[in-house]
Amino acid sequence: MKLVTAVIKPFKLDDVKTGLETFGIHGLTVSEASGYGRQRGHTEVYRGAEYTVDLVPKVRIEVVVEDDDADSVVDVIVKSAQTGRIGDGKVWMSPVESIVRVRTGERGPDAL
Amino acid sequence: MEESVLSAGDTAWILTSAALVLLMLPGLALFYGGMTRAKAVLNMMMMVMGVVFLVGVQWILYGYSLTFGTGNALIGNLSEYIGLEGLMTDDPAATYPAMAFVAFQAMFAVITVALIAGAVADRTKFGAWMVFAGIWATLVYFPVAHWVWASGGWIFEGLGPMNGTAAIDFAGGTAVHINAGAAGLALAFVLGKRLGWPKTPMKPHNLTLVMIGAGLLWFGWFGFNAGSALAANNTSAVVFLNTFAATCAAALGWLLVEKIRDGHATSLGAASGIVAGLVAITPACSSVSPIGALILGAIAGVLCALAVGLKYRFGFDDSLDVVGVHLVGGLVGTLLIGILATEAAPAGVNGLFYGGGLTQFWSQLIAAVAVMVYSFVLAFIIGKIIDLTMGMRISEDDEIAGVDLTTHAEGAYELADSGSGGKFAGVGQAALKKEEVTV
Repeated sequence: MKLVTAVIKPFKLDDVKTGLETFGIHGLTVSEASGYGRQRGHTEVYRGAEYTVDLVPKVRIEVVVEDDDADSVVDVIVKSAQTGRIGDGKVWMSPVESIVRVRTGERGPDAL
Repeated sequence: MEESVLSAGDTAWILTSAALVLLMLPGLALFYGGMTRAKAVLNMMMMVMGVVFLVGVQWILYGYSLTFGTGNALIGNLSEYIGLEGLMTDDPAATYPAMAFVAFQAMFAVITVALIAGAVADRTKFGAWMVFAGIWATLVYFPVAHWVWASGGWIFEGLGPMNGTAAIDFAGGTAVHINAGAAGLALAFVLGKRLGWPKTPMKPHNLTLVMIGAGLLWFGWFGFNAGSALAANNTSAVVFLNTFAATCAAALGWLLVEKIRDGHATSLGAASGIVAGLVAITPACSSVSPIGALILGAIAGVLCALAVGLKYRFGFDDSLDVVGVHLVGGLVGTLLIGILATEAAPAGVNGLFYGGGLTQFWSQLIAAVAVMVYSFVLAFIIGKIIDLTMGMRISEDDEIAGVDLTTHAEGAYELADSGSGGKFAGVGQAALKKEEVTV
């Protein structure tokens, strides 16, 4: 199994969710994140004092999938999150050793 | 029995105004609280409201007597009205009850002291702050209010260097705003900068609170200024309108500076401009025309917007700009009376632009400088003594963890369903075991 992690623009979350549902992925974890890549941040002004804010708000999506699906899932996320502008984010995958469904105790791919 | 001349209208307006001014305190707590960081908002609100409780009690016990009791040019009389003795009797010769005036002026005492809190955000020991507030009210506010508003007070009577021309301070440009602003500056020096200032961003954590606070301040300020007429009459109406006029112009002025200098008109700028305009028109609201109020407000908005940058140049951490807004705004309003006052307004005095020469201006200048210097020096000395004896500043660790948590054992915001993962520990445990707060 693989853990696919994506850090994307917050407003693209719905598109990614729809894309994954259409592909047949029925569960995912979403968390608010912040960070920067090449996009860097922005400037804010309070009573004339300028602050450069490096961290830009992002959404992190985590989904565990079977090995065979992993590449396609990455493609789905990239396709649905892409705007073509700087700051679109990153997607990566990493191996997962085991997984358990808490309710039933099922293990491995059955737990997905 | 003598026929009573009591005016129901005047009495109702003074009592209503007193309540309006009291509403400025939660307003100030929101205005200041929104500008602090999220870990220090409750402490800021507590510093403001704590002053209401303490100075409120002082006012009743001896403050009113010390301010408005029959004394000399510098101070009232400690014993005359102690505990508000003798003020409950109905006086048929008065247009409003003495107690209405006592209540109205009580609100001025509490808000003046509370204004200082903005200079010392995030890093002050609550107990030390309360001690400072009580002593400063006694040694500075009560005497200065006597100078400015009590019959016999040297500024009120135009004594000494004023050569008989009394300075005009209708609702508190000197006694309230210059007074509090100068004390804030002194305390900022006593306490020193917050950890990391100015390198670390210390952004306002909630600008909607700031805007609500500014709105409440503006609303309450109509009581502050128009109530100072101590009557429901033509003067209070003119003052009311001037208060509105200057505020609008000041907010526009502040936003214009921001747009030109920073490229953006900000909501914090709008809220700050509102307060700057209100501060500046406070002494002048009875002595200028509506057009004069617009000019005065615009000048105050522009100058205060520029003045809030001074702390970065001179390196003092007046955290929420008590100096830039209240000291500078108070000076602008107090001094411009000498220029923009017109005989047509209720105060009936001409300033320089209306052919009155500079006589009034000199009186205004003397009053402003006297209050500024007295308040600064006394606040510095009081602050230093407290700092050397009980300590004025919380520890570095407490400041990093946040003064809300370490001083008050509370956090302003709990946004996660999971809470902080704690459990009920019983009642009365916190005082037994003062737990280390770790970040």
